[in-house]
Parts: sequence; structure tokens; C-alpha cells
Amino acid sequence: MEHLTLLIGVVIVTALAFDFTNGFHDTANAMATTISTGAMSPRLAVAMSAVLNLAGAFLSVQVAKTISGGIIDEKSGIRPEVIFAGLVGAIVWNLVTWLAGLPSSSSHALFGGLIGATLVAVGAHGVHGEAVVMKVLIPAVASPLVAGAAAALATRLTYRIGRNADPESTRKGYRAGQIASAGLVSLAHGTNDAQKTMGVITLALITGGIIAPGSNPPVWVILSAGTAMALGTYIGGWRIIRTLGKGLTDVQPQQGFAAQSGAATVILASSHLGFALSTTHVVSGAVLGSGVGRKGAVVRWGTAGRMGLSWLITLPAAGLVAAGATAVADQGTWGVGVVGVLGLLVCAGAYVLAQRNRVDHTNVNDVAPVGGSAPLTPAVAGAGAFDAFGGELAATIPAPAQAAPVTRKAAL
Amino acid sequence: MSIDWGALGSVFGVSIAVTVGLVGLFTLGIVGLGDRATATASTASTTSTTEGRGAEGRRADGRSGGGRGPLVRAGAYACFAACAVAVAYGIWLIAG
Repeated sequence: MEHLTLLIGVVIVTALAFDFTNGFHDTANAMATTISTGAMSPRLAVAMSAVLNLAGAFLSVQVAKTISGGIIDEKSGIRPEVIFAGLVGAIVWNLVTWLAGLPSSSSHALFGGLIGATLVAVGAHGVHGEAVVMKVLIPAVASPLVAGAAAALATRLTYRIGRNADPESTRKGYRAGQIASAGLVSLAHGTNDAQKTMGVITLALITGGIIAPGSNPPVWVILSAGTAMALGTYIGGWRIIRTLGKGLTDVQPQQGFAAQSGAATVILASSHLGFALSTTHVVSGAVLGSGVGRKGAVVRWGTAGRMGLSWLITLPAAGLVAAGATAVADQGTWGVGVVGVLGLLVCAGAYVLAQRNRVDHTNVNDVAPVGGSAPLTPAVAGAGAFDAFGGELAATIPAPAQAAPVTRKAAL
Repeated sequence: MSIDWGALGSVFGVSIAVTVGLVGLFTLGIVGLGDRATATASTASTTSTTEGRGAEGRRADGRSGGGRGPLVRAGAYACFAACAVAVAYGIWLIAG
């Protein structure tokens, strides 16, 4: 019992750590366009998003129940070690994509991690294949398309209605609209994603025999999950904010408003109908749609393509990491220890790599505007998505002035 | 395995209709209030504005001159109110 309790404690801490990465990975979803259009100052935007995330966590526990009982079969012999390994896989993948500035889905990382770990630990019967297809894969394909189409039409419409209006007189209005729609996305995100962590912690408590199967998450679980996510949101995944707000297309206030409204609507409509979708996919689709919808806007399909690719591999990649982690963690206490240490090393490594080329609230918008259609001009590569891995990239491309000494060291 | 096309289709339809509707309403509200702002500010600047904005200024002037100002304004507020109701419904859905 002693051992069990310690292990479950480790699982809970890991789940909260995942929740934290989820928060900062997904700040961009609600706030990227709000920040890139200047509707809110970066600091204020992430603070508002954090508060609404926390508030959202308390609104509902509907999703939390389906995670613990939906995709993974709780009765197939899932042990806390397996959940732990799944979480490590999800965290590692979240950190890697964050370094690359890629808005990949935290939900997919979590599902992938849990599925990979379960497959290794108990085999295919532990995973509900149909639930995976219905609840994860189909929404992943459909939701960006729906959000993109909605945002494109809405963008077209709002430019049409406002074509004769004085930009000065409408600026305030669009600003308010952006803030309100981004707030709604934050709230929905808190409800959806904090619940996933609650679901995982609840699952761990169930597998450890601490609470009965089918229970609601206890209040302390809700509180800690909401807080961890809000903290992560407030820290802000500035790299991803930059990609989403500046990298896909040059977002104007009208587009930002249309995109966030579309995203909020799609998230609400589909979660009302029982699809657990990824806010990342929805928002990315909506931002792209708003680029398509504005006449004369340049959409960087190259960046969009890389993003799409990262979506495709998120689930299997997190699953693979988790599968490996499970194989080790299943060896017993020392295995869990090894996985824990390796996980911490990855976190530390990601942090160090990120320091080489910091992106934070002071420079998040300092990107050359989307001018030509060339997907990877030097200005883009120097300031854009893949600079964290940029040893070889930065060696061949003139890097931004202040980063130059560091990248040179990296190239050695 | 059966894919629930009906649910997917309704998400598609509802999302597009609601998004376009809300964004349209909100933009009408913004433009409505914006017209007022331009009307009061543009009497002096109509001559100096360029093509499109000049036309806009004239129209706004016509409105305020013809006494339609308050009506437009009320319409704009009605648009915003409708949007607020939709947002409240959205929050209610999240909580549900």
C-alpha cells in the first residue's frame, strides 16, 4: 500500500506536469491572433486566458468522465505505471513540438501516450479502437476543415459589410470582438483540456483502488488540474503563439475576430454533440481559413503543411515514446525511476535549448510580415518556427543579431 | 464501425451558420456605431478623405442629417445584444 501510494503520487505529479505543458502549449489557441493584431498586450492576454482556463475547469466534468472510461479500458489491467509512462510520452512530445514552435495537439499527445502505453502493457484489447476513431481521428480531420470554412466565410462577410467603414472607427469594435471571442475559446479550452488531466488523475486513482470506478473527480483534483493549466497558460508558449499569430498568415483584426468566433463556435457545437476535439486543430484551421477568406492575404502553405505533418505524427510519436517508457517502467520500481529521470532530463534539455533563442512576451511579434509567397525566406527561418533545432539551419542562414554568438556555438 | 455522418453534418452546418451569423451581426453593429462616430467627426474631414472614405462620410452625413442616427445606433446595440445572448448561450453550453 505504501508503494502504491507513492507511485500514485508520482502519477499525479506527472499528470499535473502534463497539464502545465498543455497550458503553455495551447495559450496560442486562444490568444495568438489577439496578441499578433495588438488587440491585447501579450502579458495581459495570457493573464486573461489563464484566469478563464481556471474558471473553465470548474464549469463541467463531462469530458473527464469519458476519458477515464472511453478510450482506454479501465478494467483491462491498466496499472499506475502504465499511466505514468503514457504521460511521460505526452510531455516529451509536447516539449519537442513546442521547441519547434509547432501548434500540435496536446490532446492527441495525451491520447497517443496513453494508447501506446496501454498497447505495450496489456495489448490491443485495452484500447477501444472504435472510440479512438470516432472520438479522436474523425474530429481531427473534420474540425480544422469546418473551422476553416466557417472562418473563411465569416472573414469574407465581415470585410464585405465593413468595406466602406472607416478603419479608425471600427478598430475598437473589432478589438472588443476579438477579446470576447478569445475569452470564450479560453473558457472552452479550460473546460475541455483541464478535464482531460482530471480524467487521467481520476483514472490513476481508480486503478490504484483509491476511488471507485465511475466516480467523479474529487474537488482537489479539479482545483489542482485547473491551477496547473492556468499556470502553464500564464507562462505562455510564445513560440507557438508566434507561429499561429504571425507564421500562417498576416492576421488583421477582422480576420482575428472571424477566426476566433469560428473556433469558439466549432468547439462548442462539437463538444455539445460529444466530439472531443483538439482546440489546436480548430484554431489553426480557423486562422488558415481567415487567411483564405481575405482577398489579397498571403497564406504560408509551407508552414501550414509542416503543421499538418506534425498533427499526423503527434499521436503515433507520443505513443512510441510512451511504449518505450512502458517497457522500462514495467520492470518495477527502478524502471519507473529510470523513466522519471529520463523524463526530467528531456524537460531540462528542452529548457536549455529554448534559452538559446528565447521567444517571450517582449519579442513574440517581432517577425517579418508575410510578404512574398516563399515559404522559407531567410527572415522567416531566422525568426520563425524551427530555430530551436537550428544548428545547421542557423549556420547557413544569417541569424538575428543578438542570437548570433549562441547559434555559432551551437553549430560547432 | 459506423461513422455518425449526421452528427458530423450538423456540426458542420451549425458551426458555419452560427459563425457567419454572429460575425455578420457583430460587424453590422460595429459599422453602425462607426457610422455615427464618422458622422460626428467627418463634417470637417469629408473633403480631405480619399475616394472610398469620402463616399462613406457623405453617406454617414446623410444619415445623421435625415435623423436616422438614433435608429442606426439602436440597431447596432440590438446586434451587440444578440451577440451577447449567443455568447451567454455558449457559456451555458460549456457548463452543461
